[in-house]
Amino acid sequence: MLGTGLLQGLAVTAKNLVGSFHDPERYVTMEYPEVKTKLPENYRNFPFLVHDDPKDPLGSLRCVACTICETECPPQCIYIVMDRDEKGKALKRPKVFDIDISVCMSCQICVEVCPFDAIKMDQHYEIAETNRFQGLLLSREQLSKSNAYYHQLHPTEAAAVDALLAEQKAKQAAAKAAKAAPAAKPPAPAAPAANPPPPPAPSAEAPKPPTPPAP
Amino acid sequence: MSLPGQLSVLFPLASGLGASSPLAAVLPASDSALERLPLTLRGLLTGWLPASWQWLANSLIAIVVLIVAFASLFALLTLAERKILGRVQNRPGPNRAPLPFLNLRTYGLAQPVADGVKMLTKEDIVPDGADRVLHFLAPIALLAFSILTLAVIPYGRLLVALDLDASVLFFFAAGAATELAVFMAGWASRNKYSLLAAMRALAQLISYELPLLLSVVPVVLMAGSLSTSVIVERQGEWWLGFLPRWYVFTPWGLAGFLVFFVASLAESNRSPFDLPEAESELIAGHLTEYSGFKYALFFMAEYFGMCALCGMAVTLFLGGWQAPLPFLSFIPSYLWFAGKLLALLGVFMWIRASFPRLRIDQLTRLAWKFLVPLALINLGTTAFWSLTADWAGLLQPLRWLIAAGLIAGPFLLLGRNLSKGLGPRTYRYAA
Repeated sequence: MLGTGLLQGLAVTAKNLVGSFHDPERYVTMEYPEVKTKLPENYRNFPFLVHDDPKDPLGSLRCVACTICETECPPQCIYIVMDRDEKGKALKRPKVFDIDISVCMSCQICVEVCPFDAIKMDQHYEIAETNRFQGLLLSREQLSKSNAYYHQLHPTEAAAVDALLAEQKAKQAAAKAAKAAPAAKPPAPAAPAANPPPPPAPSAEAPKPPTPPAP
Repeated sequence: MSLPGQLSVLFPLASGLGASSPLAAVLPASDSALERLPLTLRGLLTGWLPASWQWLANSLIAIVVLIVAFASLFALLTLAERKILGRVQNRPGPNRAPLPFLNLRTYGLAQPVADGVKMLTKEDIVPDGADRVLHFLAPIALLAFSILTLAVIPYGRLLVALDLDASVLFFFAAGAATELAVFMAGWASRNKYSLLAAMRALAQLISYELPLLLSVVPVVLMAGSLSTSVIVERQGEWWLGFLPRWYVFTPWGLAGFLVFFVASLAESNRSPFDLPEAESELIAGHLTEYSGFKYALFFMAEYFGMCALCGMAVTLFLGGWQAPLPFLSFIPSYLWFAGKLLALLGVFMWIRASFPRLRIDQLTRLAWKFLVPLALINLGTTAFWSLTADWAGLLQPLRWLIAAGLIAGPFLLLGRNLSKGLGPRTYRYAA
């Protein structure tokens, strides 16, 4: 009959009108600036630098200014200058570390190539700036975020990274101990406690444990 | 109820009932102070004037009150419409505009203010080569005619700005004049699309003028008067002592109301008949070349027209300012009118939220092949109803049955004819 379809349509809209007041299933709008969506853990947009000591954000950066990420970056948005002392000796930390996030394409390649787990992907998306070029060129100071912040963004990934770093640190300590052991050979028998580390030491002879030994 | 007493004293309000002594004669003693409030206030304002000046002052007051009331209703309606549309689409609608100087969000209550400021600060553009005078006059004419239609609606007991003997005629004459303004706007814009849209709008408005008028004729026939006040008074009795005798509760009244309602949707350019300003196909129709305040005036006129048509539907079919049940009569009549008006406006918005826009051929077909024949048949049914008014006893149900059949049969047949060949659409490629 003419009109029954119209009534059905009206019923649908009326259900939505009433339902939007009491049914959160229907009323899904989030009022953005006040309420924010919970981002998925794997969400990423721009890189940041991880530091370990919140009291010294620039001094405790994991970055050693090796410039691997700078060379790998496809749009070349990273610019690194190694810090050096007055004799010109490299200090293994960046003096300048800039990322131009107006150029960055969020590919995460810098994160994947970093041997020190020093650069990770941030989830901060409110990046509007009033000046066009300087505002989006992030410096070392702006990029440095604590490990706790990293844990907050990507909990599982950060836990895995922490475990890996702890393992590497242990290995490094063992290697150091093994190196120290032959130098102090005479007292070695007197200290059997240092004995367990040496067996793995010969295999890990190389003094740079983070990178896997090149084949 | 002392309604018969009132019937005899339906004198035009504009002719100077301001003083307290004639007022007391007109209003029944049972009326509460609240019911009398508008007239009492007006009496206080104009009572001190000489009698020859009172009618002028009263008319001016009526004009100012009408314009202020409907302008603020317009502001609220724009907000309510956006809120309702939002809720139907499961979003909150405008809720951010803060109150001026307070920075307080009251669920978007200040949105009309923000809209108004936006409209007023926009540049007023007149196309090069447009007929400047007509371009300027079109929104004004449209608004003026819309406001004129508001004058004859009885907003409450004895609350009508202009109580003419032929107020129904006046209403539709003023309403039809808005079509002229629409064409004026389209023609004066010197824009092909505006002109095309205005011609289409004219085709639509004139097509729907016919069912609109034909659906009103039965009411005039049964009430025996063209005066809106008398029509409302006639609906003020009760069946069995408690059922309202509004015209919508008769077979011919129901059919008339539905035809009137659909036609008034089209007359006020509302969705699903909003072809005159179909944004997606005609930019904005005859409004294309209008901006700023003139554009706002067009919208104001559209809402005024909507309010007027809803008010007329309430007056003609829904008992005007009468209470639906006898024991509810203590609520002032103007509140009943306002409630019914707002309910009907709500249905307008509900419909806008529900239905997609019609194509122009579907639109005219609905008018000429469905609404006009139905309204004509309804006229015959009303004649039958009027002739069998003295049927009593067992004949009474028979009268109802025949009248209902006279409505339902043509409705079914015409409806089948209307949707012939338009069966459920099958989609070959879309899922």
